[in-house]
Amino acid sequence: MKAGNVYLQDLSRGIINENPVFRLLLGMCPVLGVTAFFINGLGMGIAATAVLIASNVVISALKNYIPSQVRIPCFIVVIATFVTIIEMVLQAFQPDLYEALGVFVPLIVVNCVILGRAEAFASKKPLLRSLVDGIAVGIGFTLALGILALVREVFGQGTILGPDPDSAIQLFGAGFEPMGLFGQPAGAFIALGLLLGVVNIIFKKFNIK
Amino acid sequence: MERLLTIIFVYILVENFVLHRFFGICPFLGVSRKMETAIGMSMAVVFVMTMATLVTWLLYSFVLVPYNLEYLQIVTFILVIASLVQLVETTLRKISPTLYQGLGIFLPLITTNCAIMAVALLAVREEFTFVEAVVFGLAASIGFSLALVIMAGIRERLELAEIPDVLQGPAVTLITAGILSLAFLGFGGMFTL
Repeated sequence: MKAGNVYLQDLSRGIINENPVFRLLLGMCPVLGVTAFFINGLGMGIAATAVLIASNVVISALKNYIPSQVRIPCFIVVIATFVTIIEMVLQAFQPDLYEALGVFVPLIVVNCVILGRAEAFASKKPLLRSLVDGIAVGIGFTLALGILALVREVFGQGTILGPDPDSAIQLFGAGFEPMGLFGQPAGAFIALGLLLGVVNIIFKKFNIK
Repeated sequence: MERLLTIIFVYILVENFVLHRFFGICPFLGVSRKMETAIGMSMAVVFVMTMATLVTWLLYSFVLVPYNLEYLQIVTFILVIASLVQLVETTLRKISPTLYQGLGIFLPLITTNCAIMAVALLAVREEFTFVEAVVFGLAASIGFSLALVIMAGIRERLELAEIPDVLQGPAVTLITAGILSLAFLGFGGMFTL
């Protein structure tokens, strides 16, 4: 097998076959919590991806120096450091997004996707593959957040790119009555449940395992 | 006293941590299959969450703030929570090995239960006093347990139901959680802080 194939496999596994949200159901709290608007969902996805890539690379580079008995606390400290950095960056450059995401920004530190990848992949595999894995899983996570947020915003608000009225695009005419349910917490659960069903149908149709 | 009671009711019923604020979804979906494990998980969470709020609030107010170290908040809080979880794990293994077996992977995973980290962070963000913060931690964990136990009860019956092929497993659980959340929406506005 050529070396390039391994990376390609890692990439498709992270995005499709083992999509963290649709297949493994990891890191569900931000998935449900910040997806009332597309921009928030996308912002959350990108922030988590940045932390994931950075922590994967650092943990993979340090894997020979971390004693296996205390590896989990070590991973957590590495992740927490990057989350602190991302929090400060968001606060400085994207204050609106930072406000909208609220407590979910520091909560990236307890996102099981990131710790899961550190434990299952980065602590065992070489640096370059860990980098690719971080990018792949990050894209998979962002993709899932984006799709759910798009569904919820279109049905729940009738807009795209809200909540800021300057950038929000009204999709439907004045007679449109938004389905308030999708903006509510209950709608998040139901929308994600139905979306999982749709994903299952697609996977079955194309015979993806 | 009135404020404390309000905090209790708001965070158990109105702003339920699982069904309204979306904290702790992983254990909510993971251990709600059987009533027994749900109750075990609830007890572990009530203990860890209340203790975590207590310790992190004290650390934040008396160590981090006086020395201008607020930026270490995330690192400190997660380490406190991780050590508390370790404590509960060791204790449980000694006292009740069956429960320890039943909780399995989810006990160490309490560390990454965002509900616990969220309580610690929110107690600081909402500028609660010490007593309020501890009551808040207790109320939030009871709210979490309530949602978990109700869900376990529903899922035990759900096993006998005929579910469309593609919705089996997590999908139908999420939809059920959505309906449950809809029911809790009815409490909205009953109490406000």
